[in-house]
Amino acid sequence: MNKVDLSVSIGSLQLRNPIMLASGTVGYGNEIAEFVDLNAIGAIVTKSLSLKPRKGNPPQRIVETPAGMLNSIGLSNVGVEEFIKSKIPFLQKYDVPIVCNIAASTVDEYAECVNLLTNENAIKAFEINVSCPNVKDGGLQFGNDVAAVGKVTAKVRTATNKPIIIKLSPNVSYIANFAKVVKQEGGDAVSAINTLVGTSFNIFTRKPKIFSVTGGLSGPAIKPVALAKVLEIKRNIEIPIIGIGGIMNWQDVVEFMIAGASAVQIGTLNFINPSAAKEILSSLEDFCIKQNLNKLSELTGSFLI
Amino acid sequence: MFTVNAPVKDLIELDHKIFLQKIFCPEIASIIQPGQFLMVKVSNSYYPLLRRPFSVCDVEGGHIYLMFNILGEGTKLLASKKTGEPVDILGPLGNGFSYEGDYDTAVIVGGGLGAAPFPFLIKRLADKKEVMAFIGGRSIHDVITYGMKNLLTSTDDGTSGFKGNVVELLKHKISDLKKSKIKIFGCGPTVMLRALKEFSLENDFDCEVSTECAMACGFGICQGCPIESTNHKDKYLLVCKDGPIFNIKDVEL
Repeated sequence: MNKVDLSVSIGSLQLRNPIMLASGTVGYGNEIAEFVDLNAIGAIVTKSLSLKPRKGNPPQRIVETPAGMLNSIGLSNVGVEEFIKSKIPFLQKYDVPIVCNIAASTVDEYAECVNLLTNENAIKAFEINVSCPNVKDGGLQFGNDVAAVGKVTAKVRTATNKPIIIKLSPNVSYIANFAKVVKQEGGDAVSAINTLVGTSFNIFTRKPKIFSVTGGLSGPAIKPVALAKVLEIKRNIEIPIIGIGGIMNWQDVVEFMIAGASAVQIGTLNFINPSAAKEILSSLEDFCIKQNLNKLSELTGSFLI
Repeated sequence: MFTVNAPVKDLIELDHKIFLQKIFCPEIASIIQPGQFLMVKVSNSYYPLLRRPFSVCDVEGGHIYLMFNILGEGTKLLASKKTGEPVDILGPLGNGFSYEGDYDTAVIVGGGLGAAPFPFLIKRLADKKEVMAFIGGRSIHDVITYGMKNLLTSTDDGTSGFKGNVVELLKHKISDLKKSKIKIFGCGPTVMLRALKEFSLENDFDCEVSTECAMACGFGICQGCPIESTNHKDKYLLVCKDGPIFNIKDVEL
């Protein structure tokens, strides 16, 4: 028995601990399973799934920047049908909640994807990607438009009874408005934040370093921005928040929870240290013991401002 | 595939800013195959943030050798490691060369630092296959001779060996190549690999190449390193997982 209760809830979604593995940083779980016992983590969020398979963008897709990286994968994925056929059976072997991340080009397509997946027992929640910066025909337009995010939330709500998490874009002036519409239209939680739009040039060729010119910035460089967005939502809207953005260690997890996150997602860190989730969990437990915290979830929104 | 902290033992300067970092890492040395690679984190700081891919240049007992030139912050840090300081290694990664099989002579073709994976391959081929090595570079300082066997060189400026590129040198030596059943192993800049593909297809030579691409993880989760497949146009292959070694017929270069 753990001495400390690490469990958290995100609306009706109960997790054994707050450490989730972020979409697009753990594929469909099989590679990361060689480094982390999936049975020990809070939840795994799948690579964004679209109705049909997507090839993704040509290279170069990745460029490192100071304390961060830009990516422009272009939602390369196997599609919903193949996911059900070949990826769910692997994930089902583990006792880990699967959160299915969904990307689409139209409001109806989001709902169609969710509808096809909602009866899969292994899937415990949906995370709706309204904010991918790297595809031409979707993503950011939704993420930048409060009304569109409201429509997507409402439509997906009709397709499932499972918890709906909307992954919000940081590339907006007032993120709390988006959290507000998610709540109004029946969403259960928000993930904050997706990547920030960025770019990088080769100074000798004067060409952008990544094929699609701009990409999504992640890594420790974005952590202060992400924390401020989480705080902004927490102070204005009553909705569970999953904090994401540049988490590199257990201290960052604690910081996100203090700012208002009920759970967090580890992303870029998985590329660098694929066993990080495991290491963070054991340190979190030590922290709680030293701080005399019986429940880790007491940290959520505990900022003193 | 695992992570391990391994101490550096010696930094060897080969020529003109090309270095070999000797690292004591029996865990990797005992299982790695020629053509496989490692992702190396040279510091705990956030810059550089990501691991960097390195092919293993050579293996000697429990030691591995990484070949590099100083291009950015990461390689500068790697070169500045003092004896005994650890580097954080993730590996072995990727598929490695298929160097066994029905052929007599391994023809090694390297351009610049593309020679890096071959000393280890040549070592493994010893007593099994004949080896002919063709290494090219811009000038004599870019031509890597370490670990090579039966070496012919080419340089763009004629300062070492044949004046021209390394594939032109191969064409020049075509009659020698046709004396036995050969398999070509290539690694180098994309322009070289494209010329090598044309040359191999024209002459119906079996050819494997080591490819590279910017990547964040090295084992398939970031999806950052696509390479176009000749056979399946609807999806990319990944350099890290499906490669980095491909039959030259199977990839668009």
